[in-house]
Amino acid sequence: MATCSIEDVLAKAEKDEADKLKSITVIKELDLEFDLGNMLALDKNPPNIREFREKKKDEFLRSLARDNTQLLINEMWKLPTERVDEVIVAKLPEPTTRLPREKPPPKPRPPTKWEEFAKLKGIRNKNKTNLVWDDVHNQWKRRWGYKRANDDTKEWLIEVPETADPNEDQFAKRNKAKKERVAKNEFNRLRNIARTQKIKVPGVGLAPTGQQSKSDLGKAVHVAKMSTASVGKFQDRLPKEKAPKNTGKKRKFQPLIGDFSTEKQKQLDILKIMDSKKPRLDIGKAVNKQMREEDMESGSKKKGGPGKKGRKGNFSGKKGKGAGSAKGGKNRKPRMKLGKR
Amino acid sequence: MPQRDGIVKPKTKRSKRFLQSREGKLKENIKNAMIMKGGNSSETVTQALKDIYALKKPNAVMYKKKNITRPFEDQTSLEFFSKKSDCSLFLFGSHNKKRPNNLIFGRMFDFHVLDMIELGIEKFSSLKEIKKSTCPEGTKPMLVFAGEAFDIDNEYKRLRSVLTDFFRGPNVNSVRLAGLEHLLHFTALEGKIYMRSYKVLLKKSGCRTPRIELEEMGPSFDFTLRRTHLASDDLSKTAHRQPKALKPKKKKNVSHDAFGTKFGRLHMQKQNLAKLQTRKLKGLRKRRGGTVEGEEETSLKKTKTDE
Repeated sequence: MATCSIEDVLAKAEKDEADKLKSITVIKELDLEFDLGNMLALDKNPPNIREFREKKKDEFLRSLARDNTQLLINEMWKLPTERVDEVIVAKLPEPTTRLPREKPPPKPRPPTKWEEFAKLKGIRNKNKTNLVWDDVHNQWKRRWGYKRANDDTKEWLIEVPETADPNEDQFAKRNKAKKERVAKNEFNRLRNIARTQKIKVPGVGLAPTGQQSKSDLGKAVHVAKMSTASVGKFQDRLPKEKAPKNTGKKRKFQPLIGDFSTEKQKQLDILKIMDSKKPRLDIGKAVNKQMREEDMESGSKKKGGPGKKGRKGNFSGKKGKGAGSAKGGKNRKPRMKLGKR
Repeated sequence: MPQRDGIVKPKTKRSKRFLQSREGKLKENIKNAMIMKGGNSSETVTQALKDIYALKKPNAVMYKKKNITRPFEDQTSLEFFSKKSDCSLFLFGSHNKKRPNNLIFGRMFDFHVLDMIELGIEKFSSLKEIKKSTCPEGTKPMLVFAGEAFDIDNEYKRLRSVLTDFFRGPNVNSVRLAGLEHLLHFTALEGKIYMRSYKVLLKKSGCRTPRIELEEMGPSFDFTLRRTHLASDDLSKTAHRQPKALKPKKKKNVSHDAFGTKFGRLHMQKQNLAKLQTRKLKGLRKRRGGTVEGEEETSLKKTKTDE
């Protein structure tokens, strides 16, 4: 009797377990794809269309949703849990579905001209302490900014230097100097931005420097004169005005040390041209020639036609020829030299 | 509007912080959505926009006035608004004779339109109509997509991605299990897309995992797919690109097999057998001077073979 009852109990327990599991198990043909990081599931099974048509639409959708949600929840409940403030919290894994970014990732700030130079020369920043002892106030104060130590803008008395003009306002002078430094900094900042974005900035003109030299002023005047619609062609000269020096192109040489591969390549290219018996094909010239010939042909055709039009065509043809020949001449000269060498 | 080129410097700390919050970041902000309607819209569309706004609420901006634009023809004004309100998702509703009750779901990358998908509302029941149950605002929904089309069809795949992006809410690393109470279910069936929103009821099942019951909550839509504007492969690739800093670093010489057993690969230098310490024997002890090194080596080798 006893054994029998034990078996019964076991069977009953098994059945109970199965019943319990039954309420939360869902059988699907294809397994769902889960992305628990986004609490997302994808059911690839095609929905049963016949059932969809027979049943009420909403009922069908709800039962489908219930099954899918049950599977998703089963999966969610398998995640490792934690207890935070009396609440059971599941740790989500990293999302696996790749979604596009909102904005491109940030780029590192390009180095300023000074930073490039410092790197080249191996100059490193010295770390200065933020706090400095202020003798006047007898306390530690910030080195820079508001309420800084040894603040020279807060001085009520400035000694006039011996060489300075006694009527000059030294306070105003200091203020002006400070303003100029700030402006110069801002200018350099903008110039750095322009440099990184490859915008051309006028290098000459009156850039804020400490003192303008005579040559700088001369250059500035020259630039101002050239900045007309006709590139300064009709600008009058002042009496005794000299042409600015060093405004032409500077010659640039290859470096004397370092990589010689470019130089070698250049020499080899020249040798190759000299060695080849075929004349070099200048595409620009060839195209011009072809166009000119076509023009001539069309011109001659029109010439064959009745009176006035023919003359017109002839005229245009002549013009083209003249321009073309001038170009050809220019192109030919350097080549001839190369050949002879 | 963000001065992204940084030419104009912010004048106050506050404005600087504001601009910084809008800059591109390694780990990005939650995507915001702007919800707007076109020049003409029907009552259905207006209500639908309102309901989706309610679902999306803390991360959405509702534009209340008319905006006379056609996103499929000219995207400039959308891009302008996106820049202005820092939103990279948009929902545009309109209504006309040719395309009645029209909703356009879309997303932006770098303030330019990436994907746009136009859906027509066939049937709509709003949040108000189904008054039974609601969810607290800002609940992160569970998303389920059903139907083979979402896996096979290219446009549906993209639609799935757009909808996931739109509705998934904030990216979190842990979630309260009892708080999973909102479900958005998308079913692709017979050329239509059924969007249903349910409240999830967790019932006792007798074991740890609860049994699920659903209660319809609204809004629910029957959509048809209309025009689409999908990003080119090139653009979508750049948009999906993950910055190098976010990628997990590869661990060298460690591998796992199918059962999760950890394997390590060790690289060792060649052992110098001459200096190997073997069993100490009296006979092998170094004699004081006298012996040549070569002799000693041979003797050591011998001992090894003996053992």
